This record gives sequence, C-alpha cells and structure tokens, in this order.
Amino acid sequence: MRESAPLLVVEDLKTHFFTRRGVTKAVDGVSFTLHAGETLALVGESGSGKSVTCLSLVRLVPEPAGRIVGGRVLLEGEDLLQKSSAEMRRVRGKKIAMVLQDPLTSLNPALTIGTQVSEVVRLHQGLRGTPLRERVLEALRRLRIPAADTRLRNYSHQFSGGMRQRVSSAIALSCAPRLLIADEPTTALDVTIQAQYLELLKEVQASAGVAVILVTHDFGIVAAIADRVAVMYAGRIVEMGSTLQVFDNPSHPYTRALLRCLPDVGLKREQLVEIGGQPPDLARLPQGCPFAPRCPERQPICDETYPPTVPVASGHVASCWAVPGAKARA
Amino acid sequence: MRARRREIPWFPGVVLATLVFTAVFAAYLAPHSPTEGDITQKLIPPIWMEQGDSDHPLGTDRFGRDVLSRIIYGSRISLIVSLIAIGVAGTVGTLLGLIAGYRGGVTDAVLMRLTDVGLSLPTILIAVVLVAVSEPSFRNVILVIALLLWPRFARQVRGETLAIKEQDFVALAVVAGRSSAWIISRHIFPNVVPTLLVISTLQVGYVILLEGTLSFLGVGVPPPSPAWGLMIADGRGFLATAWWISFLPGLAMVLTVLAVNLMGDWLRDHLDPKLRQLGRAAVLEAPAAASVGPTVDEAPVRGAPAGGGGG
Amino acid sequence: MKLEAVGLRKYFPVASGFSLRGARGWVKAVDGVSVEVAEGETLGIVGESGSGKTTLAKLFLLLERPTAGSLLFDGKAVADFGRDDFVRYRRAVQAVFQDPYSSLNPRMRVGQIVAEPLPRDSGMSRPMVAQRVAEVLHLVGLPRESPALYPHEFSGGQRQRIAIARALVTYPKFIILDEPVSALDVSIRAQILNLLKHLQEKLGLAYVIISHDLAAARYLATRLAVMYAGKLVETGECDAVYAEPLHPYTEALLSAALPLHPSARRQRIVLAGEVPNPVSPPSGCRFHPRCPRVLPQCSSQEPEWCEVRPGRFTACHLY
Repeated sequence: MRESAPLLVVEDLKTHFFTRRGVTKAVDGVSFTLHAGETLALVGESGSGKSVTCLSLVRLVPEPAGRIVGGRVLLEGEDLLQKSSAEMRRVRGKKIAMVLQDPLTSLNPALTIGTQVSEVVRLHQGLRGTPLRERVLEALRRLRIPAADTRLRNYSHQFSGGMRQRVSSAIALSCAPRLLIADEPTTALDVTIQAQYLELLKEVQASAGVAVILVTHDFGIVAAIADRVAVMYAGRIVEMGSTLQVFDNPSHPYTRALLRCLPDVGLKREQLVEIGGQPPDLARLPQGCPFAPRCPERQPICDETYPPTVPVASGHVASCWAVPGAKARA
Repeated sequence: MRARRREIPWFPGVVLATLVFTAVFAAYLAPHSPTEGDITQKLIPPIWMEQGDSDHPLGTDRFGRDVLSRIIYGSRISLIVSLIAIGVAGTVGTLLGLIAGYRGGVTDAVLMRLTDVGLSLPTILIAVVLVAVSEPSFRNVILVIALLLWPRFARQVRGETLAIKEQDFVALAVVAGRSSAWIISRHIFPNVVPTLLVISTLQVGYVILLEGTLSFLGVGVPPPSPAWGLMIADGRGFLATAWWISFLPGLAMVLTVLAVNLMGDWLRDHLDPKLRQLGRAAVLEAPAAASVGPTVDEAPVRGAPAGGGGG
Repeated sequence: MKLEAVGLRKYFPVASGFSLRGARGWVKAVDGVSVEVAEGETLGIVGESGSGKTTLAKLFLLLERPTAGSLLFDGKAVADFGRDDFVRYRRAVQAVFQDPYSSLNPRMRVGQIVAEPLPRDSGMSRPMVAQRVAEVLHLVGLPRESPALYPHEFSGGQRQRIAIARALVTYPKFIILDEPVSALDVSIRAQILNLLKHLQEKLGLAYVIISHDLAAARYLATRLAVMYAGKLVETGECDAVYAEPLHPYTEALLSAALPLHPSARRQRIVLAGEVPNPVSPPSGCRFHPRCPRVLPQCSSQEPEWCEVRPGRFTACHLY
C-alpha cells in the first residue's frame, strides 16, 4: 500500500489569522502525507492548529481574518490551493467530506434527514427518482441507522446525539469521498455511544477504503483507531509516526509529557506528571521552539532556533533539539 | 481584512458632540433670544440667499425670531427630554426586567403580560390622549414618553437576565449563600449594563422623534418654547415662501437621530457582552462552527432598527 | 461530619404545550438515590448524560429541592434546617463546576470572586478577608497580584484554580466537583487533578466528583457510585469496582473507556441502543433493553439493591 502514490500530500501549509492583536500563526508550516485507506490522527490541545489545518485542506478558513499564506495541498496530484472556488465546491462533498464535532449544528433543523442526504447525493452524483432513494437508504443503512426508510422523514431534533452523528457521517460518506475529515467527532458523545461510533467508523472505513484525518485531543481515541499520529503544538507538527512508534517511543518531550500526564482507567496512579505553564499565545510566539518555556529538557539553543525535523526511525520524525542528530542537521 | 476600529466613528461623534455642546452653552452661543422676536425683522431668509442678513445667519420666522438661536435652544430641549425620559423609563424597565427574569414563574408572567400590553399601545394616539387630558407641559411630555418607553427596556433586560441567570457564577453565588438582592445587583446587573447602554442610545433617536411629533401636533412642549417639532409646525404655512423655518429644524432633527442611531449601532458592535466574553478563545477554537459562516469574533451583529426620517 | 442522601428523588415536570397547569409527564432525573460521603473520602459518581449525576450534584448543593427523600447533614435533615443550619451548610459544602468561563463573573475582580462565599456577618474585617483570599490563592498556586485582576486575564487552567480557591475560602468540609477537568486542555488536566489531590491531603477535604471521565474519577475517587437513568446501579470501593465490575452496565462502561496504549486495543463490549428517555424509562431494570446479559425477569421486575459482597452493592438480577 505504501508504494502507491499518496492520496494527499500537504507541504509546508501556512494559515495565519490577521487580528487586532497581530498576526496569529494558527498553522505554521505543516507537512504530511496520507495514503488511501489510512487513518491519520492529528492530536493537540486547543490552539494547536489541528482544526485550522483541516479547514485549510478544504479551503474553509474563516475569511477575511484567516488566510492560507503558503504551501501546497495535493489531492491525487492536484493542488487544491490553486483551484477556483467553483472547482473547490465540487471537491468538497465529492472527494473530501467532513464530520464536525457538534452534529446538531451541522444538520439543518428545518429539513428532513432524507432531504438533506438526497440533496448531497443529487448534487454530486446527479441521481433522481428511485435510484436516488435507493442510494440514500443505502447510505443510512451503512451507518446502521435503524428503520432507515421511515426515519427519512424525521428531522434532526428527533434523533439522539449518537444517531445524529451517524446521520452526518452518512451524508459525508454518501458520495464515496476519497478523504474524510473528522473533527472531534465523538467529543459531544457519551462513552458508550462513542465506542459504538468508533467501531462503526472503523468498519465503514475498511469497507469503503476511504482515508481519514481524525482530529482529536484524546489519546485514547488515537490508540483505539489511528494508523499514524501527528502531534501538533503551536501550529506545527512536532512529532509524527505510526501509532505504535509514537506510543512506544515518544521522541518529542511534549508527546512524552502528554502521554505521561493522563490518568488511565487501567491504572491507579499516585501522582500525575504535570506539564507546567500554560499553552502558548499564538500571537506572541517565542523566537525558538514554542514548547521551550514548558519543556523539562530545555537547552540554550531551544530559545534561539526552531529545531529541524529529524527522523527517529523509518516513518517516525520529531522536531526537537534533544533528538540525536538534530544538531548535525541544523 | 477588516480591522475592528476602537475609536468612535467621526460622523455621529461630531454631530453628538456639537449637540451636547450647544445644549450646554446655548446661552453663550445663541446670537438672539429664542423666544423674543422683532416683528419688523420677520421672514428674513438665511444668509446665503438674496436678502439674507448676517445678523440672522439662518433667517427668522414669522414673528421675527432668529432660527439659529431657536435651533440651538431646541437642542437643549431635545437633550433634556431624552435624558430624563430615558432615565426614568430605563430605571423602571430595568428594575422590572431584572425582577421578572430572575424570579420567573408568576411574577414573570404578570410583568411580561403588562409589558406586552405596553408594547401594543398605539404610541402616538395614547400620547395625544394623555397629554390632551392633562395640560401640555414639559413635565407631562417627559412622563408620557417614559410611560411608552419602559416596556422596551423591561423586555430586553428580562431576556438578558434569563441568559445570565443560567451562567454558573450565579449558581455558585447561591452556593456561596448570597441573597437574591446580592445576586441581582452584583452578578446580573453589571452584565446587563452594556446592553442597557446600547438600547438607551438607540432610544434617544426614538424619543427625539416622538417629542418632535408631539410638539408638532400641539400636545408636546407648549409654545413659545423653541422645540424642534414646534418650529416645524410653525413653518407649515410658509413652506412655499419661507421653507427654512420648517426645514432647518427638521434637518437638525434628522442629523441628530441619524447620529444617535449610528452611535447605537457602533456601541452594540463593541459592547455586546456575548461577543466580548468569547474573547481570545473564539478566534482559534471557533473554526469548526466557522465553516458555515464568519467567525463570531469578527462579524458584528447587524440589524439595528433604522433611524426614522423627519418629524 | 457526614453528607447523606436517603432515597433522593427529583422529578421535573414536562410542560404540556400552552397550558400552564398540568404536566404532561415527569422527567425522573434522580429516582431514589441513597449515597453517603464521610469526611476525608472521595465519592466518584460516574454515568453518561441523562444518568442524573448533575441533578444529584444540584441536590447536594441545595440548588434544587428534592421531590422526595431527604438529605442529611451531620445527621440532621436539610428539610428541618433553621437559618443557622443553612449558613453552616453553605460554609461546609462548596462547589467547583465544569466550565471555568461560565463560573467566574467577567465583571468582578478575582479578589471579590474568591471572597464571595465569606458571609458578611462573620465579623471579618476587610484586611482579614484580603488575608484569607491571599491564603487560598497561594494554596492553589496563583500569583500574589491576582486579586486585583479580572478573570479574562487568566487562561482556562488558571481560571479553574480561581474557582477552586473560591470553594476553599470558607474552610469547607465537602466540595462537590462537577466535571472539574472536562473543559480543560489535556496538558492542564494533570495540573488540576494533582492540585485537587494535594489539597485533599493537606486540608482533609471530602470530595464528591461527578464525571463521565472514568480515568479522572478513578484518579481521585476512593469510592465509586455508577448511575444509569436516574438510579444507582452499583457502588463500592473504587479499585474493587474497576477490577471487577458487578453490574453489566458498569462492565460495559469500563470496557468502553479507551485505554491509553494501542496494544491494549481489546474486544470491547459495545452496547447497542441509546440511553433511555427519562420521561418513560423502561420497565423493570432500566438497563434491560441494552443489557448483554439480560434475564427473563429483567423486563418486568425491578432488581433490588443489595450487598452482593462486603461493601459492594448493586441492583441486578444476576446476583
């Protein structure tokens, strides 16, 4: 699978927000690749730039404050940043679909579920009449929405939170997109409902061969379903690798700290290891590594220059001066 | 990119500053008495017209009173009426709105029905009747306007109170053992103030128009006071020959109301607590919601009532 | 000192359209819950949305009046409280809520916020109040100049520290923690959890931590109570419940919690169905429509609350 051309290549993506307080570098040089059928988790805290990265991929950064100021986003070899807005509209929904955190706001309360699903299918696939209806039912059934044919006439408020998220996902997946962006899809759901949804997502993904970018702050979700992880801090990817590589050999001090500071259901811990300090202010980032003020392994060079991205193992990279070989590359 | 400007917009700023300045220093600014006229000097046109007189820059009316002086003194009337009427109506409306919103239940139901009744009264008609049965006087005009105005405050403040009541800091104040009076005065009222400021400003325009209308109809400020509405009424018969008698005070009224409404809009955009509380988090954490529209922080809420025309 | 709920119930009326009188039904948010918290211990109450855990917190904080059942403080029923008892209760039982933005009035200075629970008739002079405020702010690790600042000058984690300082100012015995870290960033959660634990050891506080986050509850709790659809399904020593859950719901809930390592991906018990509608909960055991180990009598007969093992209570027909 890895030998084939990647589905998505993101190179040095930069999205900045121009506000009264100055320029906020929400995304500041993010690069990654994604293959068909793969799940990449973007992990980070609020303000790390994970959501803005996703919005940039589909060119939905809130304008005029936010602007993509540099980089390339190649989907199947075509640069999305060069496309006209009309072309982009065809890409969204058909090739790239999105599922957002709050399914209540992503569904229109005034239209029935059936209307909303058929709208998308009709728009992108030009189906009408019976084939359209069949297609819509298939989309809903694939996400195991019980009694799909009667529920087509229902409105979003008649569904529970978990069911709503399934409906949004059904809409997202109805046109067989190549890439699904799921932004904190289970944050609003209960624990048992979250488990249901993640199982379903994994299953549908495997059968449809769609690539998934999963945005989350929860390492539990990453451990459960991601193939690869990119850890973000202050608008940059600080570490990226396969899920096992990152969990077994976290190479950036931030990743290490995040993994250590979480309480685990499986263990009773006496004292959690804390990360001191506060998340950085993106409008006033320090000159060097933005994690340096909170870093237990801080060196003088950290305050001066942002560290290079260094391979730790095959397919596993980290951006930190403490990683062996970092200084040789600089 | 659109920067959010902090500074006060120039047009309403200049107009309102002028208004306040002339109202306060009317006695020093007005070249003539606003009520005494020289009948021999009647119907002189403004200075830029033929037969204009530099002694009366904006001309004189049919009793020979100086129009400029009357407009200057008129600003004082408009300002005083607005301030007092809004002060009274705002105080009453806010108090009732706070109580209705915080108490809820029967209190709320009763007060709000009362407000609904107040809001559905035919404004001008009631004013005409009320002032007609009592003597037209300065005080009565203010009272009538206040009577018509308080429900607007009550309703808005109640809505705001309901929203603030749901905030956790109110529940925590109860847990802290504080009384309802404390909670209303320390937690709810201060958070209503920005809204109050906005609605008060927006009402100024309405009050000036209403006072103008009442004076025009002869049930407002009694003559010979130089109220703008009265001046417009005075010039009615001379529109073809001496248009300036009605037009110039009308222009003053339009400019003032427009300025006040623009200022209200600006205040609303800059003080709205819902916009401000989101603060720093909104810029970066809202993008999920932003895919359907602009970010909350950057989009000012539009849709203020449009300022009316002349009296 | 002990805080005790005995058969506590809270029903909310479901309004029927336009009519003011006559409810169409009742939301049985809390339906017969008996738990107790003793000084110095931590009771974890876990459950999903709709389980009634937040309503239970509000009952403990006297923000809601129970429909039936009673709340005992030091052996005395809250219903029989006089004015002095209320003052004493308010001082002894404090709260920290989930959202550190909503819990601090944006128009008050931190000093005023933290001092709020101090009763005005306590005879404390201004300098004494300021002194106490400085003390608790120091306890939670905030800088000395904090009292003069406004909440918006602090980050989310610091705001939660302010909220904790306010809860500490009256020397309380009990603090009700309603999802205290759920709204915080991952890197801040550990700071706050450690702080809460440290304060408990230092001040001998008792906590009631209400959470859907099983990991956070486990970190603090000594005893655990699991709620489902307004009822308790299981209580017991925290470690024992995590090691060997008795009720099938507890088992599913624990199994649904995601482990922190990919190699621990395991067969999960994925529950079918949804949390029941609290207006018309299922008959018999409320969990029976989703239960993987359902028995014939579960749909008709409500299971009894009994001590299955020493210190382990559950309501399930399996035992």
